[in-house]
Amino acid sequence: MAFNLLVLACLAYVIFLFLVAFWVEDRAATGRTGWLRSPLVYTLSLSVYCTAWTFYGAVGYAARSGLEFLTIYLGPTLVFVGWWWILRKLVRIGRKHRITSIADLISSRYGKSNLLGVIVTLICVVAATPYIALQLQSVTLSFGAFVATGPADGPLPDSQATGVWVAGGLALFTILFGTRNLDANEQHPGVVTAIAVEAVVKLVALLAVGIFVVWGLAGGPLDVIERVNSSTIADWDLMPSRWAGLMFLSAAAVICLPRMFQVLVVENSDERHLATASWAFPLYLFAMSLFVVPIAVIGLERLPAGANPDLFVLTLPLSEGREGLAMLAFLGGFSSATSMVIVAAIALATMVSNHIVMPIVLAVLPKKAVAGDLRRIVLLARRVSIGAVLGMGYAYYALSGGSAALAAIGLISFVGAAQMLPALLGGIFWRGATRSGAALGLSVGFAVWAYTLFLPSFGEGAVIPVHVFTEGPFGLDWMRPRALFGVEGMDPLIHSAFWSLILNAGAFFLVSVLSFPGPVERVQGAAFVNIFDAEGAGPTGWSRGQAEPEALLIMAQRILGDDEALRFFSKSAEKQGKAGFLPDPTPDFIADLERRLSGSVGAATAHAMISQLAGRAAVSVEDLMAVASESAQIMEYSARLEAQQEELSRTARQLREANEKLTQLSVQKDAFLSQISHELRTPMTSIRAFSEIMMEGDMPPEMIARQARIINEEAIRLTRLLDDLLDLSVLENGTVQLNLELANLQGIIDRSLASSSHTRPERIFTIHRDLPSEGLYIRTDPDRLAQVFINLISNSRKYCDSANPELKIVVRHKGGRVTVDFIDNGSGIPKDKQALIFEKFARLTDQTRAGGAGLGLAICREIMANLGGTITYLPGQGGAAFRVTLPLRLEKPALA
Amino acid sequence: MKRPRAPLFLPRRSYRARRMRDAARLLPVAGLFLFFLPMLWAPATTEARDTAPDGIYLFLVWAGLIVIAALMARGLSDPAGDESLGPEDQD
Repeated sequence: MAFNLLVLACLAYVIFLFLVAFWVEDRAATGRTGWLRSPLVYTLSLSVYCTAWTFYGAVGYAARSGLEFLTIYLGPTLVFVGWWWILRKLVRIGRKHRITSIADLISSRYGKSNLLGVIVTLICVVAATPYIALQLQSVTLSFGAFVATGPADGPLPDSQATGVWVAGGLALFTILFGTRNLDANEQHPGVVTAIAVEAVVKLVALLAVGIFVVWGLAGGPLDVIERVNSSTIADWDLMPSRWAGLMFLSAAAVICLPRMFQVLVVENSDERHLATASWAFPLYLFAMSLFVVPIAVIGLERLPAGANPDLFVLTLPLSEGREGLAMLAFLGGFSSATSMVIVAAIALATMVSNHIVMPIVLAVLPKKAVAGDLRRIVLLARRVSIGAVLGMGYAYYALSGGSAALAAIGLISFVGAAQMLPALLGGIFWRGATRSGAALGLSVGFAVWAYTLFLPSFGEGAVIPVHVFTEGPFGLDWMRPRALFGVEGMDPLIHSAFWSLILNAGAFFLVSVLSFPGPVERVQGAAFVNIFDAEGAGPTGWSRGQAEPEALLIMAQRILGDDEALRFFSKSAEKQGKAGFLPDPTPDFIADLERRLSGSVGAATAHAMISQLAGRAAVSVEDLMAVASESAQIMEYSARLEAQQEELSRTARQLREANEKLTQLSVQKDAFLSQISHELRTPMTSIRAFSEIMMEGDMPPEMIARQARIINEEAIRLTRLLDDLLDLSVLENGTVQLNLELANLQGIIDRSLASSSHTRPERIFTIHRDLPSEGLYIRTDPDRLAQVFINLISNSRKYCDSANPELKIVVRHKGGRVTVDFIDNGSGIPKDKQALIFEKFARLTDQTRAGGAGLGLAICREIMANLGGTITYLPGQGGAAFRVTLPLRLEKPALA
Repeated sequence: MKRPRAPLFLPRRSYRARRMRDAARLLPVAGLFLFFLPMLWAPATTEARDTAPDGIYLFLVWAGLIVIAALMARGLSDPAGDESLGPEDQD
């Protein structure tokens, strides 16, 4: 095929992409994004992971090392399928903090440190350069392959010249669409859509070639399986170290590669798209890898022995005379290469301008940075950076001669990108990660990578002298680039990845643990790690009133553009309740502005620029404490509320109980009054009746004497009742005078038995006692205690209904307390009455009224309370049983 | 001082969402295990030419992961039962 025709096809394709990008930008500008911001476009744009290395290289890789090429896609699959671990957090952080690049993320996390921004930018640029060179190389190789098979109708193109043209064309496209404007979010809908279109092209192309190979050249899937097993590919041996290592590297790369970070995090317009991409992107990779082995096998079979397997995708259709298919394959490869270069160039240019050029501008021309037209400077910096990045890629390509296999270059780049993994993951999952740790880890990892992998990749003797490879630098044997610390026999790639990442992570961890983060770092660390918890922005440290709103507006206009800045300012003013365009420079507003600006120029630069106007932002330890104590206060406040509420409900419960008690007391009092009037009235009635009879006179003297005796008895009963009542009231008020002395319990019981024997003396009681156990000296009021005992024994005598009444008195002494049980063998007290018997005027029956008013047990209870003891009814003893418990030594009146 | 606690038990819907997240976290681990399996049987210097079966096995596992991830993606992107119930690690 003619070279010119090929160039024409490329041009047409590029123009088509231009139109797509232009149309999308146009729609985006008027806000009609619609499906352009769909999960589908997002997923397809992620396909920048599949570069020309995938498109061409995977087949070559499979031809050389069998299924090992799959690791490059299995790693990302695991990362995406496990998006809930890392990607979700990264995207949330990226959107919330308006992250512009991976360098911005790391710099922002570690206290908006520009040093880290510079280190990361350098690593990215160095690691990406060979990769860009690889893309240029693949395009020129594919040009060459195409032209070599066609009729020689002109001179063969110079591959160097082709490289120049491709690099130049790509730079132009990237500059046109990547730096058209400084977006608020650093998003490029036009470019992203163009990338998505390219993703479709390369997928369709590869699938077309694959289908042609499987069903056109081979006899279907089963035949292909047969051929795979009989081809040389089947000889490959799986090396566990490479299998695992490459899977890890590719998983790291899909997160850390600047271009992946750009499409994954920076260009993400909706977090929910990630959920779709979590399966759709692995599906894309799956489709891209499906036909790799068949193509490689058939290519090895059909093409001459010396053919470059990296170009099978192209040369196989060509050799079969399918020029159309070959053209599609060519465009697919071209798409792969261009999409990668464009996105990588944009990502790298953003980093270079934000972290290297802008800080220099700010340092050299502080006045101009604030007052001058900063947008132009930023855009210029980006454009120059894009040119420089592509220039470096081309230079690498030209210098290295483009001889190495594609896969090798790609993997070198992967290991370089993976150096950012410890700082990145540590930054978003571990609050203890510090700037010094990240800086040292990154530097160490970068240095080890460069020494063991990157520089040796130029060839022995090219950069590192040959003798270093064999003997080590300065004769230090353990420093040999391919055998660090004397570890030999490892695969060079795995060797480098292993040592660089181990040393990187080790330094990162160790220094982080040993160093102490600055205040801004701690704020940012907390904000990043706890991105899902806190909605607050944390302390900003901007002091109030130092910045002139007008100066801020001018500066914002320089970066965001006039309209955008005015809109932002008026919205902020509105939020503060002010009319017009100038909000008060409150710390909140300035922090908002900083976030907004950082979306355009990166966190570190935005921070530095605002510092020039608003004075140094000083997040002091006091600020941190303030925030901490603020939330602590809130927590304390709510805890206090909770405690108060608990207390209130407790009080309410107590009040309710007290109320119930009062009601009961009132009822009791009424009952008491009616009882007492009844008790007083009965003897009074008989006294009155008999005295009236006596007043009549005219009666025999013996009758008078009898009636006078009744009157006397009733009067005595009244007196006793009144005595009891008086006694009870004294006891209840606690005003009783106790005569404490040491007394023998046995004596008290003896006395009580003797005194109570007058009650129903006609009954013969058998008394069971255990005299030794009664030999206790107790300190109490013996008279009062005897009163209780007498009452109990009398009750027993009165109410025990057994034919052969018995009374058992059991004394126990345990732990400073003495219990005396009085147990008779009567029928006892029914269960439902047991609660009542200690109440006043409680009488169970009227059967044996022996002058008691029903106050006896109530008085006993009060006496025992005064003596520091209790009296209770003991159920289940085979009769009425009362237990008196009292202290062995009553020290003082229990109720003072 | 007593911290206001997150609820100890969740309604059925949030409970499902959380278990779904657990599954989403476990999926890559399971995938890693299955992808590493060939290391156990392939390095043995068997004479059997097992490249094609190995490849088919890997593609099958891969497809399985994609299907499971696709089935779970809908439930996971559902904003209901969100993190408002506290940090997601304390289930």
